[in-house]
Amino acid sequence: MNKPVAREPLNLLWLQSGGCGGCTLSLLNADCRNLFDTLAGFGIRLLWHPALSEASADEALRIIDDCASGATRLDILCLEGAVLRGPHGSGGFHRDNHESMMARVERLARVARHTVAIGSCAAFGGITAAGHNPTDACGLQFDGDAHGGLLGDEYRGSGGLPVINIAGCPVHPNWVIETLAILAAGGLDERGLDTFRRPRLYADHLVHHGCTRNEFYEFKASANKPSDLGCLMENLGCKGTQAHADCNIRTWNGEGSCVRGGYACISCTEPGFEEPGHPFSETPKLGGIPIGLPSDMPKAWFVALATLSKSATPKRVKENAQADHQVVAPAVKRTVRK
Amino acid sequence: MTRRVVVGPFNRVEGDLEVALDITNGRVRAAYVNSLMYRGFEQILRDKHPLDALVYVPRICGICSVAQSAAAAQALARAMNLTPPENGRWAANLTLAAENIADHLSHFYLFFMPDFARDCYRARPWHEAAAARFKAVSGNAAADFLPARARFMNVMGYLAGKWPHTLSLQPGGSSRPLEAAEIVRLSLLLAEFRAFLERTLFGDKLENVAVLDSEAALLAWMEPRAASADLPHFLAIAHDLELHKLGRATDRFMSYGAYDEAEGRLFPSGFWENGAVHTLNVAAIREDVSHSWMEGDVALAPEHGVTLPRPDKADAYSWCKAPRLGGNVVETGALARQLIAGHPLARDLVERHGGNVTARVVARLLEVACVLPVMETWVRRIRPGEPFCHAATALEDASSVGMVEAARGSLGHWLEVRQGKIHNYQIIAPTTWNFSPRDTTGEPGALEQALVNTPAVERDGNAPVAVQHVVRSFDPCMVCTVH
Repeated sequence: MNKPVAREPLNLLWLQSGGCGGCTLSLLNADCRNLFDTLAGFGIRLLWHPALSEASADEALRIIDDCASGATRLDILCLEGAVLRGPHGSGGFHRDNHESMMARVERLARVARHTVAIGSCAAFGGITAAGHNPTDACGLQFDGDAHGGLLGDEYRGSGGLPVINIAGCPVHPNWVIETLAILAAGGLDERGLDTFRRPRLYADHLVHHGCTRNEFYEFKASANKPSDLGCLMENLGCKGTQAHADCNIRTWNGEGSCVRGGYACISCTEPGFEEPGHPFSETPKLGGIPIGLPSDMPKAWFVALATLSKSATPKRVKENAQADHQVVAPAVKRTVRK
Repeated sequence: MTRRVVVGPFNRVEGDLEVALDITNGRVRAAYVNSLMYRGFEQILRDKHPLDALVYVPRICGICSVAQSAAAAQALARAMNLTPPENGRWAANLTLAAENIADHLSHFYLFFMPDFARDCYRARPWHEAAAARFKAVSGNAAADFLPARARFMNVMGYLAGKWPHTLSLQPGGSSRPLEAAEIVRLSLLLAEFRAFLERTLFGDKLENVAVLDSEAALLAWMEPRAASADLPHFLAIAHDLELHKLGRATDRFMSYGAYDEAEGRLFPSGFWENGAVHTLNVAAIREDVSHSWMEGDVALAPEHGVTLPRPDKADAYSWCKAPRLGGNVVETGALARQLIAGHPLARDLVERHGGNVTARVVARLLEVACVLPVMETWVRRIRPGEPFCHAATALEDASSVGMVEAARGSLGHWLEVRQGKIHNYQIIAPTTWNFSPRDTTGEPGALEQALVNTPAVERDGNAPVAVQHVVRSFDPCMVCTVH
């Protein structure tokens, strides 16, 4: 399946709805010579993008309508932002002179070879669905963690795949570029997607992998306030040991990531992250133990190891954890036997 | 004879926009600006933990994300009676300035300039060069700008963890302490970006651009550089098309003031009217909803504001509210900021022609030339080893306001906390001011006024290009506008 039409570029149409546009802005951070050339190099032709293309108003609507009618082959439909179903199922919270965006997206998804949700809003509803979800926002094929969304659980693009959920708030630029590249090369099938249909190329990692605070984590030497160097899990709400993404392996904007920026991972690639049930910057605990244990870790072992490691914390790690700069440097030690 | 055309959905406006135009004899007689999308952040924020605002509000907008963070952090800091330590202040300034500069350039290269590559200008002598340089997607300016921008945004990796949507801006300062080596790397990134600006955008030293003090000086500066650098290239096109005669709005300007210094702000707050700067009276802000799909009849002060959708409201035509300052329609943005800060070039451009398309674009890039050198000094002022952040304190009952300048103008967050939770959170974004609908008196918003008399000649079934220049000259951010 998914064999590209012989050497013809794949037509990509990008639409935005109930979101902030931040996934596009993040995409422009891509560390490549030129994003447009990069996509073209993978055999992707950008038919239209709301922030980047020349065509506006009627010109743009013609491009979109030609896709819907089949006059232009729609190979990849990308939606950034949630689908706004309200008020009362009308889609009226995002409607122009012609139709609601909800109707337009559905029309296009029915003819698209592949449909891709860009960001957690398009995938699951995301931030736009927070609170009591005033706009009845949902994702393309999920409503939070429930299957369905706008298109329904049975939906498959004509290429045979369900909606591909490049979740994240925002997405990392290379999650998008690499997923599109593999898709364009015909290399993506359902085995490449995880249980929430996120590309496993980034979702099979935990944010914890590559975390620069790892030594603090090992010894449960924890930060108490923003700017402390210690581990953010015990007190400041960090979900990096459970969140699926490779943010500390590939990093953001050069050498950054949330935890490297001094603040908690809020698990933004996960459906429902927008309503965690506790203040984002506080770790919910039961009997002094964080409720959210690291993925795949039995509770008894976590408690035992945490207790042991806390009692074995070196003075250096303990003191640095609650300082905003290193107050004790690592001891200099010869590792070479003479 | 008057006919009504609806132009939209607009693209390259960061979000969703439609403009209805009444056209008489080839010119706009009246304009009605519709902000097309409502998401409900004010409703979402209700009953949240006060610090949770720092997670939600940056996600109002992917392009003004840090500005939204900064406004929330400031509102929380005032409520908590916290003053960030010096390092925290410089780090926050740098983060916001980096976003604002990147936004100014994204607007110029990606959103605004591609319209000059349109086929409707093919008879103009400059068209071929403009199309090669600025054509959307394929122009070689994007190929120069995108990697330079991405590289510059690596400053966010150090200052903020990532961009957009950081949590590094906290009421007590910055969560990201910087080490000496990282300060060196920040300096190197700023130096690289300075080189791009001087070589590609200006064709001159930033300092030489920043001291241009009149329209005459600007045009004289432009002449020898028009074929070799992008701002002079634009100025030559603008001169030919007389864009300084296009897009005049109310000629009342407002700025909340930008970038905290030890004393006051680098660019002070103020209100500009009839050639003079006045003190800004924040207490005179009201949000009119007479033509908005919003509940309510009377114009409320934002600290008592209500944002509840009413989609079936008669006479309404936009999700956007209509903020007014002492009953006046005001324009906000880089031109307002530089005018109120007293920059002689901004003053001369406005005194000669009022607010206009050319002046808005020039003010943005002038601001880039003025701010990057200041960023270099902020980096040097950071003292590794000294504090970056104070701990937040618990809030029980409080009300406060955070007021900052996003790239595209004045952004205010009005916060009320009761019993430890957000009771009311009201946001007025820059484009809410600029793209507001009519108010109770029937007075149109700033863009609606700016579009009146704009030539509205449609070619090949496309939207009138002059209308597009005027709309985009404000650097609108529609996702912020309604939120």
